[in-house]
Formats: sequence, C-alpha cells, structure tokens
Amino acid sequence: MSELTAGRAFTSKAWWQRLGGSVKYSFHVMFHPFDGFWDLTHEHRGTLAAANLFVILLLVGRLMTLQFTNMMFLKVYWPRVNIFQQCASLLMPLGIYCICNWGLTTLFDGKGKLKDVYIATAYALVPYILAMFISIPLSNILTMEEGSLLSVLEGLGLIWSALLLVIGMVQVHDFGLGKTLLFLVMTVVGMAVVIFLLLLFLTLVSDGIGYIISMYKEINFRLN
Amino acid sequence: MRRKIIAFLGAITLVLCCIAPALAADGYKYSYTYTYDYWEDFRESPDAYRVKQMISTGDFADIGGMKNPQGLFVRGEDVYIVDSGNNRILQIRLKEEGGFERVRVIDSFTGDTTPLTFNSPRDIYVMEDGTMFVADFNNKRVVRLDKDLNWELSFVKPDDNNFDQNADFLPKKLVADVVGRVYVLSQNVNKGIVKFEADGQFNGFIGASKVRVNLYEQMWKMIATKEQRARMNSFVPTEYDNIALDEDGFFYVVTKTFQESDLRTGNADPVRRLNAIGNNILVQNGASWVIGDLEWAAGNTNLTNRGPSKFQDITVLQDDIYMVLDSTHNRIFGYDQQGNMLWAFGGVGNADGFFNRPVAIEHMGTDLLILDEGGAFGGSLTVMTTTEYGRMVYEAIHQYRTGAYEESAKTWTEVLSRNGNYDSAYIGIGRALLQQEKYAEAMGYFKAAMDDRNYSEAWRLRRMELVEQNIVPIFIVVAAILALPPLWRRIRKIKWEVKMFHE
Repeated sequence: MSELTAGRAFTSKAWWQRLGGSVKYSFHVMFHPFDGFWDLTHEHRGTLAAANLFVILLLVGRLMTLQFTNMMFLKVYWPRVNIFQQCASLLMPLGIYCICNWGLTTLFDGKGKLKDVYIATAYALVPYILAMFISIPLSNILTMEEGSLLSVLEGLGLIWSALLLVIGMVQVHDFGLGKTLLFLVMTVVGMAVVIFLLLLFLTLVSDGIGYIISMYKEINFRLN
Repeated sequence: MRRKIIAFLGAITLVLCCIAPALAADGYKYSYTYTYDYWEDFRESPDAYRVKQMISTGDFADIGGMKNPQGLFVRGEDVYIVDSGNNRILQIRLKEEGGFERVRVIDSFTGDTTPLTFNSPRDIYVMEDGTMFVADFNNKRVVRLDKDLNWELSFVKPDDNNFDQNADFLPKKLVADVVGRVYVLSQNVNKGIVKFEADGQFNGFIGASKVRVNLYEQMWKMIATKEQRARMNSFVPTEYDNIALDEDGFFYVVTKTFQESDLRTGNADPVRRLNAIGNNILVQNGASWVIGDLEWAAGNTNLTNRGPSKFQDITVLQDDIYMVLDSTHNRIFGYDQQGNMLWAFGGVGNADGFFNRPVAIEHMGTDLLILDEGGAFGGSLTVMTTTEYGRMVYEAIHQYRTGAYEESAKTWTEVLSRNGNYDSAYIGIGRALLQQEKYAEAMGYFKAAMDDRNYSEAWRLRRMELVEQNIVPIFIVVAAILALPPLWRRIRKIKWEVKMFHE
C-alpha cells in the first residue's frame, strides 16, 4: 500500500498518523514557505483533514476570543452576538475566496485544483490562528497600558498569514510573484462580483416570494 | 383543547395588561428617572428627585402674574425670579414646611442714572452681602445695586476695539466673583465671556472656543461657489448660552451651538468647565461624553424635540456634581465630578415634574429649582427635592470625596440594592475597595460596570501582589526554563560521546 492510499478510513490508525503528520507539517510551512507549500500540494504532504481542522480552529478561536479575551481589550455586547453569524463571517469569505481564486487561475493556466487552493489557504492561516490563541491568555495577564503588545502580536500574525497566502498561491499555481499578486487582486474583484450577484439573487427571490404571498392574500381577501 | 389555550393566553394577556402600566402609589411612572449603561442602553432608575412644590403664575395673580420669566437665582433661602416680561424681579423666600412668602418686588431703584427701571432684564446675580447685578437686556447694561436697591455702577458696552463696536452689548446671563468682577454673556458675542473689573473696566474675553477646521468642510469649500461659501457659517465659534460658578470659582458654561456629529466623538463639548484663562477642564471619564441623552429621537424633522439634548442652563452642587437642563426634551441630567451620568429625569408636559419651556435651573442645598417660561399655563417655578435614593447617592459620593472609603462602599451597596442597573454604584464600590487595597474584589465590580481604566489599575496592583506572594515558585519556574535547554543539550552530548566511545 503506497503512502497516498494509506489510511483512507479515519477509523484506521494510519489515518490519524497521517493527520498528525500533516498538522505538524504546518510548522514547516510556516518557517519554510517556499518548499513547504510546494510539497504541501505537489507531494501531498498536506491533507484535507488538517485543512478542515485549521478552519475549525479558526472558528473556535474567534468564538474563544469573544468569550475569553479580557474586558479591557474587547468588550462584547452579547445580546447582539450570533454564533452562526460569527462563523459565517469567516467561512463565507474563505469559501468565496477559494472558489473565485480557483475559477480565475484555472482560466489562466493555474496548476492548483480547488482542493489545493483550499488546503494552501488553510495552512496559510496557521500563524493568525496561533496569534489568536496566544493573545487570549496574554490579554488576561497584561494591563491596559501594556495592551499594545497584543495588537503587535495580532498584527504580526496577520502579516505573516498574508505573506504565506501569497507564497502559497505562487507555489500552488506555479505562477510568478507578479502574476500571483495580479490574480489576488483579481480574486478580490471576483469576490465582490460574487457577493453582489448573491445579494441580487437573494433580493430577487425574496421579492418574488413576497409577490406570491401578496397575490395569495389579495385573492383570499377578494374571495371572502 | 384549542379553546382552553385561547382562554389561557387571554388570561396571561389580561395579567400583563394590569402589570404593564405600573404606576407608583403617587402616580409617578417608574420610568420618570433613568440612566444609561455602558452600552448606551436605556435603564430605568428609581426616582432621585420628586416635586416638592410648584410656584405658578397664579400665586402672583394680584400683581399681574409672571410673564416669560428668564432668570433665576438662589442665595441662602431667597429665590430671585427675573420676571422679564413684566420688567421686574420677584424676590421670594421658600418656607421649610412648604409654601413661600414674598419678600419684595424689585422693579425700580434709586440713584444717579437713567432709566431707574429695567427693560426686559434677563438674569440676576446676588453676592453674599446682598449686592445685586442685573443683566438689563434692552437697556444694554448691567447694573450693580446695593442691598437697599441704590444704584452703584453700570457696566456698559466696552469702548475697546476687542469688542466689536458694531455689535450691541446685550447682556443675557452673568455671574460675579467674590471681589465683584462681573462675567457677562452677551447676545451675539462669540468671543467668550465678557469680563469686567469691579470698577466697571472691560478686561477682555475668557474662554472663546477654538475654531475647529474640518477636512471635509474644507474640501467642500474648495468646490463651492462664492454664494454657497457665504452661506456656510460653520466657522463661527460657539456662543455660550449660560454660565454658572462653582464653589472653587470655576465657570461652568453650556452651549447649544455644535455639530451633531461632533457629540459622538467628544469634540462638541456642550458643557465646559473653564479655568481663569479659559481652558476647558471638565473631567469626562464616564462611559460616555457629557452630552445628555445618548438615544436621540429620530423621525419627523418638523418636531422641535428631535435630535440631541441642547443645554439651557447648568447648576453646580456640592462635590462638583452638576445638573444640566436640556431644552430638547425638557430633561435634567445629573453628572458627578468624573463625568458619570447619575440620572436623567423630566420631560415635556404639564404634569408635575414635566416642563413646557424650562429656562433656568438653580439649587438650594440639594433641592433643585427649575424655572419654566411656560406654555398655556404661564410661567412657573418647580421645586424638586431628593428622595431617599437620591440622598444616598449624594452621601456615597460625599463620603468618597472626604476619604471615608469604607462607609462610601457601604452606602453604594445600599444604592445598588435599590438600583441594580446603576453602573456608578458598581464603580463607586470598586473605587472604595481599591482604596482599601482589596484589588481582587474591586476588579469584579469594575468588570460589572465595564470600567476598563479602573479595572486595569486594580489588575496592575493585584498582579503585583500575586507576584510578590508567589515570588519563590515564579523564580523556580523561570530558572528552570532558563536552565533546562542547556542542561538537556549537555546530557545529549554526553550520551552521544558515550555512544561514540562504545563504537
């Protein structure tokens, strides 16, 4: 049994070993992004399961940030917080990004498949997730005057993740840096278009349903 | 079955209907007084003030009633009502047991000046010794009278280029300090407070508000036509609408001229405390700025009581607590020395405790006197007195200010048992605990009120305490962290050497 087909079922021990290995591999990606991302998709060092795990950790991290960050640094107005909305506000952009990026790059000789784009994006998020999980306990140790340390940490995580994202795209699609940056901008434009179309669609559907409902009411009213 | 459910729901509705318009035994709605919490959400509060007595125009029916009274002043037991429409000042004395007696009607005076009467006086200030300063609006002067109504001096339009010589001197509000210097707010003067020496000499302006240049407006100006530019008057500095003196001799001024958008950012400063050189030293450490209402009525643009609070008058009580009178919703807002809102109450209406066109507020001890210019029923003076709850809040603040922290915490706890929504009480207890070095407990109270600054301070001290108490374990852990990696490397190296030796 080759390494690729080993442990297809997550009940097997091999599956868990592979997951553990691919999660651990994210540290290699963080510090050696060029080779890291190349091997991640081309040598199948990364797994979909690990990518899913990172996305789940991102969601959990967001919710834990809301709950456990000290009141000095984050005040949450709980009556207005909706867990599903919070999750959607992270998942929707991520999903739309992956689809747009894949769609656009495929048209222009990008090597990455949708799965590869998703895995690379998820691995690129790791520094941000780490910064999030470090800043939660840290916020309960620092005072307000020392709070700038937190924003530095968070900023560092974000910048690192952004850099990883760029390098990841370079390696996954086998693009040059300039082309990657161009396609990142194009992806953002594409995302805006997708969101616009989604909103348009939803509005039209709700208008359509509203029309049918009011028609029903009107007929009902006339008949009685 | 279905009918049973309907009957049950009906019963619940009936019960709710009985509860909903819950009125106190004396007819007060529970929502007469309110505060805001950290999230700027409206919170009902027990009443801090209730109406003690009303003095209406009918009480002066035999001398023609009150007509558009504009000014109010309290010195000791005496209340001076400036009855502007009748060109006179009514001096009355409130009785302890309620009711009042008339002391005198000041409508003319003696002395070597003309005229010897007032023409639409707007305000009065009376010194300890009974010397009076009257803002005689239409006569364009401020007159100083001794306690027996002999004319002493007139303060008139300054013969000075600093004062715009094309403008009239129209004194509308004034105060005087202990040595007799007079500080006047004149209509259409926006350079600040007009200051006169005790001998009548003009001595410049105090506290002109700085003109703020707004980038957005500046850009508009660049593309606007000349006519449009002429119509933009947002570069005019603000004119103060009222003035009061506190115990320490600082001026409290209020202004109604500001940009609504500046209120939320704290740039509007509708209430200011000015020092002698005119800098604003008002402390605004509360959860929100000192701007009155935080939730504004929206909707119909023709409604006069729409938008933010506009402050008409201010009075400063003991311990730097001040009350501002708002003319948008005719409410009174109380603030403590730190700028925390203590309470808000009042409203538009004819019932007791509601006002038609309130123009002035003064205090006598902790009692509040509110002069209403009046609507359909003519002018009136409302005297409001503290409830048990209000007295308790004052006591707690006073105890803290005088250093009785433990007692203050106890009083605040009492307040809290009457009003669990009261952020000021949580902060008050927290601050008292902080002074008693009970940091961990203080943190809990600050957290309840979302007071991050005080929480941070308490946590800093608590952290120091924790470090001091656990210095030995912390030292051991730190030493271990520093020492382990080199030790580990060493062991591995020895192992490796042993292995190499064996091979």
